[in-house]
Amino acid sequence: MNKRSWLLWAAIVLLTVLPLCLISAAPGTDVFGGSDDRAQQAIGTIAPHYKPWFAPVFEPASSEIASLLFALQAAIGAGVIGYWLGLSVARERARKAVANGAAPEQDQRAD
Amino acid sequence: MHIMEGFLPPVHALGWAAVSVPFLAWGLRSMGRALEAHPERRMLLGVAAAFAFLLSALKLPSVTGSCSHPTGVGLGALLFGPAAMVPVGFVVLLFQALLLAHGGLTTLGANVFSMAIVGPFVSYGVFRAVAALGLSRSVAVFLAACLGDLATYVTTSAQLALAFPDAVGGFATSFLKFAGIFALTQVPIAISEGLLTVLVVNAMARFNAHELRALPVMALRTREGA
Repeated sequence: MNKRSWLLWAAIVLLTVLPLCLISAAPGTDVFGGSDDRAQQAIGTIAPHYKPWFAPVFEPASSEIASLLFALQAAIGAGVIGYWLGLSVARERARKAVANGAAPEQDQRAD
Repeated sequence: MHIMEGFLPPVHALGWAAVSVPFLAWGLRSMGRALEAHPERRMLLGVAAAFAFLLSALKLPSVTGSCSHPTGVGLGALLFGPAAMVPVGFVVLLFQALLLAHGGLTTLGANVFSMAIVGPFVSYGVFRAVAALGLSRSVAVFLAACLGDLATYVTTSAQLALAFPDAVGGFATSFLKFAGIFALTQVPIAISEGLLTVLVVNAMARFNAHELRALPVMALRTREGA
């Protein structure tokens, strides 16, 4: 990776980590909850009599199970991206080897 | 940006679904056509879909002290046009509604509208506008992904404000309240999404230069941006 890519990665990490350092929970309040839940609370103050008229068909049994499914979703995405990156790097390497006049690297090991 | 299950009155839920369905049909058709004409683009489309899957699963902390997630649909909108991202966003939201109790079936139409329609279309529009100004590709990609992400959350705020106008101040007061929750939280996360999208597009420019040049949107840019 070039220097600029490293800088971009560093900026992303900073943007994510800084809020964790800058904000501390006041006693008795929870911090870093989901903004979706905050919106739900806001609905409760604007329309206190509103009752949700439909319930989720399936609810993860606990927050552990929910994080399992979120991790699964991220893993599927990251897996596909990793496959593409790996394939691309190998392809570029093979192309370079051909351009250098050598035959593409042969795997000598007998498996 | 997920409006929770049952949290939109039936009329609103139906209305947003009615708006989203034609976009979904359009998206499926444009995606099918694109793949039929250019089967070699399957890989990049897969990467764009995977990017949306990955990013929308990551709930990141923000300066407002709450967490929210990027959407990841800007990348695909730039590469394949905004309509192609509607089915992708739909699948992500359906997965989360069915398995995670995150969002919901009754609010699927509204959530698809904000994340899979407004987001990609804003990204696409911003990209074309910035590219027309002659700025570099990276700047255009960053602004497109960042503003598309933000637009999704502004849309969610407006949808909720329409459904739950404040007793005194009406739509405007409610909108400011919801925007304070969603859009403000989203600012640093949208910047992160913009930067990440630049990184992925740079990688594609290096590894898939040939395919990328053939994409109608990317072909708009003649100057390879630094």
